[in-house]
Amino acid sequence: MTNKIILAGFGGQGIILSGLLLAQAALLEGNEVTHYPAYGAEMRGGTCNCSVVISDKEISSPIVNKPDILLLFNQPSKNKFEAKCIPGAKVLINNSLINEQALRNDISSFYIDATNTANKLGNIKIANMIMLGALSKITGIVKLDSLINAMPEILSARNKKLIDLNVQALKEGYGLF
Amino acid sequence: MNKKILMKGNEALAEAAIRAGCRYYFGYPITPQNEVPAYMSKRLPEVNGVFVQAESELASINMIFGAGACGARCMTSSSSPGISLMQEGISYISGAETPAVIVNMMRGGPGLGNIAPSQGDYFQAVKGGGHGDYKIIVFAPASAQEIVNFTVLAFDLTIKYRIPVMILGDGLLGQMTEPVVLPEMKEIQDDINWSICRGQDQVIIRSLYLVPENQLELHNLHLQKKYRSIEKDLNKYYEQYNANDCDYLIFAYGTTARVCKAAIDRLQKENIKIGLFRPISLWPFPKEEIISISSKIKKAFVFEMAQAQFEEDIRLSFEGKKEIKGFYKLGGAIFNDDEIYELIKKNI
Repeated sequence: MTNKIILAGFGGQGIILSGLLLAQAALLEGNEVTHYPAYGAEMRGGTCNCSVVISDKEISSPIVNKPDILLLFNQPSKNKFEAKCIPGAKVLINNSLINEQALRNDISSFYIDATNTANKLGNIKIANMIMLGALSKITGIVKLDSLINAMPEILSARNKKLIDLNVQALKEGYGLF
Repeated sequence: MNKKILMKGNEALAEAAIRAGCRYYFGYPITPQNEVPAYMSKRLPEVNGVFVQAESELASINMIFGAGACGARCMTSSSSPGISLMQEGISYISGAETPAVIVNMMRGGPGLGNIAPSQGDYFQAVKGGGHGDYKIIVFAPASAQEIVNFTVLAFDLTIKYRIPVMILGDGLLGQMTEPVVLPEMKEIQDDINWSICRGQDQVIIRSLYLVPENQLELHNLHLQKKYRSIEKDLNKYYEQYNANDCDYLIFAYGTTARVCKAAIDRLQKENIKIGLFRPISLWPFPKEEIISISSKIKKAFVFEMAQAQFEEDIRLSFEGKKEIKGFYKLGGAIFNDDEIYELIKKNI
């Protein structure tokens, strides 16, 4: 089983970090993983994406052309990536920032009010964790516990104090579905 | 054994260098390899090493020349335009026979180009971008783990043969995060009795030979003898993927080879007999093995992120005996497995 995932949004929404957390969680579960960020002239407020491949066997290509799971954090990402995913793909949409309904009827779309929920929890930056929590529940590709256990490996030392808040956001997202 | 951890290619390379005994790093920032100097600047002081951000790539390579002349395990890293600036120094280091590990995480060119992955520096790396008759060992890893393994090997070989060793990656390999198992920290006891730091009588490290008249010729003959022995010693660094008993064989290296594997898996499900031959050492080039495998196939394909550079060496090995069809991506564009699958389907 191989999953090809793209996470996309604004720079500053924690796209790269949540991709890494997903990869680390999958590694903890004994999978092979690759994480490849778009590293162009990315900046806060610009667009940003990363590709994560999770597999039970050696991963040949880390390049995701047609994703089977999409996490979309903003409107430009939806415009860019929704057309690329395979039929039957699971598409998680942060509808706090994305208004449109799905343009395709051959994919499963899931709407998550991630940015607004993050604000209610007191920190807009944890919208990414709400999306990841929802991803765990909807797809089962990684367990919620694995995401929680992966957290200390991924957050830098200066952000360790934020682990509890991030775990709370993961659980919140998990509980939405 | 150490546990599997997630590391970015560039950081895995830097940590592997330190564990292989590298205590001197000189470099100048350039995307997509900035994580190497960033990691080194933090990590080298912890192991009593020296990190210098040089004022340019010219300075970096000449600092490496100096550190190498002292017998030190030393490294510099850059990306394509920076490596071009280093070519003069690489020629000097080759002439003077000092150790140096040089990392090139290739990006799109020519000129400043862009910062996307590329394989456009193949000729520069394996044919010698500087002047004179010299060779450097070139390894082309295809994963974070291979980056680690071949960086460690690079330090051992550069000390053993006193020849520059290049790790030739690309932006994707540098930026991608993958699980790696790191080696233990190496205890280094190099024989550096040839170096200027042996603390006895005068030692001169140089690349200038004016008198007597035939001295430079003799020096060159000595270098060539060394290169021939390296070719003999390092002839085993290649990977074959489903390469036995196939009608078609893909030749590719580094990132491109990985993507080819995904396409091969799909083609094999349709009973197309196709495999991959991936050189890991680009110099020495595994020519003998390629000659022997070329006789067993109907047609060869070459995929590279450059215009028929790597393909030229495949053609030289094939000596025109079999058909070769090349496919190229230029200027930082990368292949995906769907494209490779379609291209093969159309051409068999």
